[in-house]
Amino acid sequence: MSTKNFLFVNRKAPYGTVYALEALEVVLISAAFEQNVSLAFIDDGVYQITKGQNSKATGMKNFSPTFRALGDYDITKLYVSIESLAERGLTVDDLMELTYEDADDDYAEKPSIILVNREEMAAMMTEQEVILSF
Amino acid sequence: MASINVGGKDIALDEEGYLENLNDWTPEVAEVLAKGEDVTLTSEHWEILNFLREYYEEYQIAPAVRVLTKAVGKRLGADKGNSKYLYSLFPYGPGKQACKYGGLPKPTGCV
Repeated sequence: MSTKNFLFVNRKAPYGTVYALEALEVVLISAAFEQNVSLAFIDDGVYQITKGQNSKATGMKNFSPTFRALGDYDITKLYVSIESLAERGLTVDDLMELTYEDADDDYAEKPSIILVNREEMAAMMTEQEVILSF
Repeated sequence: MASINVGGKDIALDEEGYLENLNDWTPEVAEVLAKGEDVTLTSEHWEILNFLREYYEEYQIAPAVRVLTKAVGKRLGADKGNSKYLYSLFPYGPGKQACKYGGLPKPTGCV
């Protein structure tokens, strides 16, 4: 099977709809098929990777811990929109610490989150072969 | 719907034999599920089951086989972190079979 660059664009808040959870499932499935998977978090999608989520009142499972497993799936590039964070009064300190172990660098732990502005986000998207938006 | 009886309690299973309610799981449930497939759980099996349950507790997912293999190797040593060893314990597929006995959902991406 050929390997393609997949980008999953997450634009919605984690709870209230099933988009975020379903997107994460598809992400894990794509990675299990050894595709080159990256994620982008734009608009309310940035809330998906915030720290200290408590989903109790929504009746949905708090699936945010699963984002910490992405490194195990060799998903190492999570692009986060700087503008979307700023518009919501958030900074990178409000996000979970998501890391991966770099097999090419003696398994050193490295951050997966890459903050990008609009132009950088757009440029990154042109390098993708498959873009799926949730 | 299928069910098994463990210690006088009926426990519901889905059509593939996984627990309907993950909270129903006890070590005895694992033993009964394994016995149903003619498997006797050894300490080697339990090492993997416990590992999977801890992984689920931490990340809220059952890992894909590739991820499981890598993670087991890191935690329990390279002699166990390979598919030959895992398949010798769980011949129907380490992800599927071990998750079933461990009371976890079928791994995401597993068909």
